Amino acid sequence: MYNNVTAADIAALQVIVGEADVLHGQAINPDYAHDELGGISRMPEVLVRVHSTQEVSAVMKLAYERNIPVTVRGSGTGLVGAAVAIHGGILLETTKMNRILALDENNLTVTVQPGVLLMELAAFAEEHDFLYPPDPGEKSATIGGNISTNAGGMRAVKYGVTRDYVRSLTVVLPNGEIQTFGAAVAKNSSGYSLKDLIIGSEGTLCVICEAVLKLVPLPKISVSLLVPFPDMKSAIEAVPEIIRSKVTPTAIEYMSRDTILFSENYLGKKFPDTKNDAYILLTFDGNTDAQVDQDMSTVAELCLKIGALDAYIVDTDERKKSVWSARGAFLEAIKASTTEMDECDVVVPGNQVDTFIKYTHELADEFHVRIPSFGHAGDGNLHVYICRDTLSDPDWEQVKSDCFDRMYQKAVELGGLVSGEHGIGYAKKAYLRRQYGETPIALMQGIKRVFDEKNILNPGKVCF
Amino acid sequence: MNILVCVKQVPGSNNVEVDPVTGVLKRSGIPSKINPYDLYGIEAALSLAERFGGTVDTITMGPPQAKAVIQETVCMGVRGGTVLTDRKFAGADVLATAYTLSQGIQKCGAYDLIICGKQTTDGDTAQVGAEVAEYLNIPNVSNVLSIDDYRDGKFLLTVSLDDRIITMSIAPPCLISVDADINTPRLPSYKIRKSLQDSSVGFLTFADFDDQDLDHYGLSGSATQVERIFPPEKVSAKKTIEGDSDVQAQALYTLLRDKKML
Repeated sequence: MYNNVTAADIAALQVIVGEADVLHGQAINPDYAHDELGGISRMPEVLVRVHSTQEVSAVMKLAYERNIPVTVRGSGTGLVGAAVAIHGGILLETTKMNRILALDENNLTVTVQPGVLLMELAAFAEEHDFLYPPDPGEKSATIGGNISTNAGGMRAVKYGVTRDYVRSLTVVLPNGEIQTFGAAVAKNSSGYSLKDLIIGSEGTLCVICEAVLKLVPLPKISVSLLVPFPDMKSAIEAVPEIIRSKVTPTAIEYMSRDTILFSENYLGKKFPDTKNDAYILLTFDGNTDAQVDQDMSTVAELCLKIGALDAYIVDTDERKKSVWSARGAFLEAIKASTTEMDECDVVVPGNQVDTFIKYTHELADEFHVRIPSFGHAGDGNLHVYICRDTLSDPDWEQVKSDCFDRMYQKAVELGGLVSGEHGIGYAKKAYLRRQYGETPIALMQGIKRVFDEKNILNPGKVCF
Repeated sequence: MNILVCVKQVPGSNNVEVDPVTGVLKRSGIPSKINPYDLYGIEAALSLAERFGGTVDTITMGPPQAKAVIQETVCMGVRGGTVLTDRKFAGADVLATAYTLSQGIQKCGAYDLIICGKQTTDGDTAQVGAEVAEYLNIPNVSNVLSIDDYRDGKFLLTVSLDDRIITMSIAPPCLISVDADINTPRLPSYKIRKSLQDSSVGFLTFADFDDQDLDHYGLSGSATQVERIFPPEKVSAKKTIEGDSDVQAQALYTLLRDKKML
């Protein structure tokens, strides 16, 4: 159905991006066959590192004419196989398009190429007294990847997700045409929002080559609270109470002692407190000490009233690092604690978080398998991991399938969705299809066809 | 076992400007915090007291508002502390600071162990601890990595000598300076902060000290003068290493070794 990449194609690609940035065969590092989770694997025929929108356009024109599949990849930190070239062909890597192009302090926007890393953008914004609010745990992800999955992260409770910060996108369509969707404006009521279709489309509609992103003024004060609870049940049950208090923390994360201990092992660094079974980690930000302290105290008092054992104040850079670096390493730490794992990134309504977490504990008992979890308790987006440990191949496949079936089913029952921020990619297609049913999937397929009638851009992902 | 930890209030940010005329840090309007290096000392002291029994107090020298750092140590689990404050102490260098602290410590009670952080983030001399011990005429050990035991009336310590790590014992009363990153300091408790009593912080001034010779304190008691303070040059050069994993690993190794980081 697709053409293989030929020597002539490689020569043509070398003319477009330069010889050094076209790798094929053995020259491609095996890491390019998979993403962060590694469950889905296939080597691309050729790896092409692009440097500009014009190069992307030329590569896409070639692929379009030659009917060669193209998969776009940033840092490869995805978790659902979206950036794996499951049909071979061209793997188009954007990490060399990594320049921050402009800061517009009048319109509070920054223009970036897709290969800029989240941590680079965050640092750049902070240096200029701004905040780029989306804050996913994986700081070495590219902005292009964040936009492609509509990544959320820890500050979503107060600030929203990546979609809320994308003003416009310059993209290359599958036929090589360059287009800009959206504009650096605050309002837009001009027809269908093509920009919003691209956000979260996981590289299936076009290649993101430039993004204008919204910034907010950097809050002057930020303080976190680490609240210990005697058990996970009471910790999770506190979250709806906190939300009802009308104080808006920027983040509400939950974590169990087990997960913290994995992180200690992984980082070789002790967490400030591991005496208790469960913790909630909250952050408050604002422009005055008094305001932030009042918010923090309100929530601390509430937590103490409903069973928290204390509330530890995380107020200096060193203290924030000791707590948040552990939180940022949870995924890697759980991964290092087992032989293999797979994840479920469901999102449920905020008031159903405790019900869902309790359900995962029941499943762990029923299937005799470890299912650690952590996540964004404040916005209902949970990261649940099934650990293989010592299970044999067939047992692992069976347990994984049974547990995921039940978890996704439960998420639907509770009014949730398959993915909060990691996307559908290849791994979660069946669950998306099961939840949405025929018509929504057919609409998605129709959209895909309009953008990409030859189905050469990231084929076999999301809805196909 | 009675333990005393020396602490200091320092600017809360690394981006503190230096007055180009006086060479003094512009502290006004800048939020302050407890010297991060001292937190390792507090944690070491509290862990020791939990293990072998005893009390932990803190002491600081500074303006009256340095009370905040003593209160913060109380929120971490310390019993209470003392602020040595007097305009006569202003402008003190390492020598005068160490002397003032030693005078204050003698007024605070008898301690088996005094713990200091390795250095401060605003002064960076890493000398005050040892000089306090000299003035108190007690033995001291710097670069302590851990306090492993208290046995037969002696503390058993693991100490870094840069090119080797040794274990040694020291009998109280004594002073130790602990290295950075030897533990993860516990966090201040909101519960304790809520119930903070004013009585947890005491104040001592020049008038309370045994030595009433003004030439031993502040600027006039200082043996050194600061000629110039300037922020360190910021270098942010980036180097990209190309090639396959083996080539990159070898190049990175060579680079780090050449820079004497390995």
